[in-house]
Amino acid sequence: MINWLMQIVTLTRFSLGTVPQRKGAATAAAVGIGGVVAVLVGVLSIAEGFRAAMATTGDDDLVIVLRSGADSEMTSGLSREETRLIADAPGVARTADGPLASSELFVIINLLKRSTGTDANVPLRGVTNGAAVRGDIEIVEGRAFEPGRNEVMVGVGAARAFAGLEVGGRIRVAQVDWEVVGVFKGGGGAAESEIWTDAAVLQPAFQRGDSFQSVTARLTSPSAFATFKDALTTNPRLQVKVFKQSEYLAEQSSMLTGFIQSIGVFIAAMMALGAVFGALNTMFSAVAARAREMATLRALGFGSSPIIISVLLESVILAVAGGGAGALASYLAFDGFQAATINWQSFSQVAFAFSVTPPLLVFAILWAVAIGIVGGLFPAIRAARMPVATALREV
Amino acid sequence: MSERNGALVHIERVNKTFRRGAEEIHILSQLNLEVPQGEFLALMGPSGSGKTTLLNLIGGLDRPTSGSVRIGGDSIDQMSNRRLAAWRARHIGLVFQFYNLLPVLTAERNVELPLLLTGLSSSQRRRHVEAALSVVGLTHRAKHYPRTLSGGEQQRTGIARAIVTDPTLLLCDEPTGDLDRKSGDEILALLQALNREHGKTIIMVTHDPHASARATRTVYLDKGRLSSEKPE
Ligand SMILES: Nc1ncnc2c1ncn2[C@@H]1O[C@H](COP(=O)(O)OP(=O)(O)OP(=O)(O)O)[C@@H](O)[C@H]1O
Ligand SMILES: [Mg+2]
Repeated sequence: MINWLMQIVTLTRFSLGTVPQRKGAATAAAVGIGGVVAVLVGVLSIAEGFRAAMATTGDDDLVIVLRSGADSEMTSGLSREETRLIADAPGVARTADGPLASSELFVIINLLKRSTGTDANVPLRGVTNGAAVRGDIEIVEGRAFEPGRNEVMVGVGAARAFAGLEVGGRIRVAQVDWEVVGVFKGGGGAAESEIWTDAAVLQPAFQRGDSFQSVTARLTSPSAFATFKDALTTNPRLQVKVFKQSEYLAEQSSMLTGFIQSIGVFIAAMMALGAVFGALNTMFSAVAARAREMATLRALGFGSSPIIISVLLESVILAVAGGGAGALASYLAFDGFQAATINWQSFSQVAFAFSVTPPLLVFAILWAVAIGIVGGLFPAIRAARMPVATALREV
Repeated sequence: MSERNGALVHIERVNKTFRRGAEEIHILSQLNLEVPQGEFLALMGPSGSGKTTLLNLIGGLDRPTSGSVRIGGDSIDQMSNRRLAAWRARHIGLVFQFYNLLPVLTAERNVELPLLLTGLSSSQRRRHVEAALSVVGLTHRAKHYPRTLSGGEQQRTGIARAIVTDPTLLLCDEPTGDLDRKSGDEILALLQALNREHGKTIIMVTHDPHASARATRTVYLDKGRLSSEKPE
């Protein structure tokens, strides 16, 4: 047993020692695997970051009410009468100015992306009481829009991503120019990707009459949710469904998160296939180049299984080195990287940060190990199967 | 180790055929050979006559198509690959024409390789390696890598590796085939000394009459059979 381990150690040291002589091919394989891992980590960190952005935006006191049957604000519709009933429901927090509820319109407009110069969708939200309800909206530049005027304020994420969204800028929406008067933070991550204006101005611009799409309200406490929900769902004059804001956002993002994850795995699988062939190629040529040395060792009495294991180990070590470098590179490149992507349910832009988490890195390294094993197995078996006398002849 | 009749190597009615496509080529036919303990045998013959093939059979690197190969009482044609590998490690020292040293290991690490298959401790291994290197006169080159050694020095390293486990039988396939006359002579003198002073049984394949002159006996392989006379 000791003997057998010694054989493996010797053979592995030997084969690793020859790596510098095979720099080119070995580097190519390691880089290939590193690339796979980098892309995998990169893509999955998008899903991870997106999920994190969506999960942290929810505030437990906040609720959103949609028409029953609608699965997003886009497809929802509520009359003014309905929004009034919702605002007056039990459980909604109140101030001297009335209930903390905002009736909102939600439309999608097209703006030029700064990064690509192409059009992309941005949500434009008309609010009646949006900032007060959310409580954490903070103007970081300029001022809030004035009710009744064609003015907008923009979330910092949107301001960063789209051209013309700086204070003093103008955007043309529904044949009218709107002036950008302020930039805001807060409202959870989601609102920062939006443009806000007065609902009363947005209604005529988009021929919405006196209707809205959703109501966002603040409850007196998270425990008031059941009372609030019961009151709305049992009211025969309302056909609505009620979400905690956190649940709503998680649901909105789940499809996208899943989509990004499956794309990530798909791209990584394709690249992995390429890397496996690269690794196979390297290992085959490594084994071929060392056929005489391997044959010599076997002639001296070294066993086949230590040879197989040493070739596999070499392949795995190369893969882990490449994969580790790839993971590190993508961590440095992607972690915390600010990005915006499309929310496929509303087809609008959502700003978020890539998030490279430790489990993600472990997962990626495991991929590298798997690639290394698959890449090393066949050359290893070939190396060990070849008759010694034949191998010795292959100078 | 030796048999009743004193022969260490006992080869009887051995046939070896290779398949090249559909064609069968008979390399060795009904070949017999006995090598007594303590002999230094030179094996000569034209290129392609099967000298290496025969040496491989004796060294347990290959198996006969039929016939028996017994070395020191072990029927090695019957052994599993696994047992055969262990048997080689224990009984056979191999010297190659092109030395077959591992380029990434120093001379002493190359010599140590066969000892890794034994149960020796590292200090015991070091002693054996030093002894083998001093026998071949390479103590001062112990830490050198093969590429920094001359051909003759590389071959001496190869011989040190072959004798470090004190094997029953030393098999050399054209050990001077890649060396100039002077280095070749030194290697032959070394083999001769191993035979005379250390009692090593040696079988050496060679093309060189100079080399065979050092041996105690010369046999010729031609058309699948051995003879003690040089063929026409
Ligand atoms: N594995 C094999 N498959 C097919 N043919 C083989 C195989 N091994 C050897 N041969 C053939 O058997 C014949 C004898 O080969 P061998 O190497 O034993 O000759 P040799 O006497 O050592 O020649 P040389 O003096 O050139 O080294 C050659 O024709 C060779 O091509
Ligand atoms: Mg030969």
